[in-house]
Amino acid sequence: MSDRDSTTLTAPGVEVIEESGVETGAAAPRRMMLNMGPQHPSTHGVLRLQLELDGEIIVSCRPDIGYLHTGIEKQCEALTWQQAVTLTDRVDYLAPLSNNLCYCLAVEKLLGLEIPAHAQWMRVMLTELTRLNSHLVWLGTHAIDIGAMSVFLYCFREREEILRIFEMFSGQRMMTSYFRIGGLALAAPRGWQHRVRTLMDIFPSRIDEYEDLLTNNRIWMGRTKGVGRISLEDMLDLGVTGPMLRAAGLSWDTRKTHPYSSYEQFDFEVPTRTENDVYARYQVRIEEMRQSVRIVRQALEGMPSGPFQAAAPHVVLPEREKMKTQMEALIYHFKIVTEGFSVPEGEVYQVIESPRGELGYYVVSDGTSKAYRVHIHGPSFGNLQAVPTMVRNTPIADVIASMGSMDFVLGDTDR
Amino acid sequence: MLPEQWKELWKEFPVVAALESFDSAAIATGKYDRGELTLEIAPDRIVSICGYLKAGQAFVRLSGVTAVDRYPAEPRFEVVYHLHCLERSERLRLKCRLQTGAPIESVTGVWRSADWYEREVFDLFGIRFLNHPDLRRIMLPEEWEGHPLRKDYPVMGYK
Repeated sequence: MSDRDSTTLTAPGVEVIEESGVETGAAAPRRMMLNMGPQHPSTHGVLRLQLELDGEIIVSCRPDIGYLHTGIEKQCEALTWQQAVTLTDRVDYLAPLSNNLCYCLAVEKLLGLEIPAHAQWMRVMLTELTRLNSHLVWLGTHAIDIGAMSVFLYCFREREEILRIFEMFSGQRMMTSYFRIGGLALAAPRGWQHRVRTLMDIFPSRIDEYEDLLTNNRIWMGRTKGVGRISLEDMLDLGVTGPMLRAAGLSWDTRKTHPYSSYEQFDFEVPTRTENDVYARYQVRIEEMRQSVRIVRQALEGMPSGPFQAAAPHVVLPEREKMKTQMEALIYHFKIVTEGFSVPEGEVYQVIESPRGELGYYVVSDGTSKAYRVHIHGPSFGNLQAVPTMVRNTPIADVIASMGSMDFVLGDTDR
Repeated sequence: MLPEQWKELWKEFPVVAALESFDSAAIATGKYDRGELTLEIAPDRIVSICGYLKAGQAFVRLSGVTAVDRYPAEPRFEVVYHLHCLERSERLRLKCRLQTGAPIESVTGVWRSADWYEREVFDLFGIRFLNHPDLRRIMLPEEWEGHPLRKDYPVMGYK
């Protein structure tokens, strides 16, 4: 073994496996184990991939997750129903409102609550802004991983404005907890229409800007076209959902197939592609952003007026004024704040379309003021499971592009 | 065997009727609540039932596997499977009740996605899945003691 070989062997995280009988022939194949992560920047969080390499080609891949496991499901059993909303924000920190929505819908289904039209539309509008927010972070970081640095700056410029809108509504930029069981946390702030409309007016041209930078960029096409292929059957079998499936030609979107929160009243399309590679997934998400803008515009134009919370005094906190004049309101307030409200016995599996795919909340109640069990099925968990199949027999340089196209969030995976 | 009052429901849910004719002894009971269909399956039949539902009833996706701990009641655990049929936009929940310490057959042979889902249940509930290709902890470190989502595991505290 030459000196040069032995120095490569001592590099951190690299381990050379000598195959049996390797000493008999100088040209015998050698496999290398490479640890990618858990601190690798392209893993967007802490994911570790154990790659077995034959030269530059990946022979096998073993993902190691759990670094961000925070026991949110266990915590949900310890907090009251309404308190647990704040935990759902922290599941998928790029799409907190989607998680708020899914949890609230599940509990509202158990309670049998009717949510007023205004609150439903507001929820649709804000989850679509969340989708824009999430896709912008995805696009910026995906491009930076592949080497197109400037896209990131453009994406975060618009994302900043979306976060400011969230802050305007809820007082928080990221962990909004704006959707509550029974409606919204607060009435919409004065002047929100102007703020959202201004952003929506410029947004289509901003998407054009991103496309100018990437869509016909030869380097971008070279790095993404034909990369990260995995068959539709494999994806369905491995639990992949969302834009990944739509880039493989399957037009399935929970917003269309099982409309929730009045999505059936909105006019939008489900973009699909058939190329089934990283580039197609990029195109699908870009088109999804345009469709989200369409939905937000419709919500702006047709926003129904009315209350932002359900008429359910045992669930929703009373108005401050009523508490000062009505005994009943004071009693309800006391009860909700001290022990919380109880939810009828039962179980519900609520599914929504999060920016990453199918997000499911399985909520079990035993009739008390705390959840008996909350299971969160994050889309990233299913998507990540397909990584070994996707990267097998591909060059190591394409792993970054392939993983980026999955748009996973480790908080969502590990919970 | 399905209870008598379920006879009417068969007509509404072809999948229930089909399952009944496939293996009538496998269905312990079931319910239709808040628009969601739940069937309770005998634990030893879960693989054959799932295999049939995927091949014969187009439930191509396994949307998730999880569990509920009914401590201190026995049978203690409910293993819950959420199935999804894309063709008919239909969802179905299967449930198996397990005694403390009892294992269940893995459905990884039917849907590969069950691999991680079952590992998660194994890790957090301590339910063993037989014939699982790679049954290790997935969220917690290998040397972790206990299974946090069990009801007798404290929410707070060290040891």
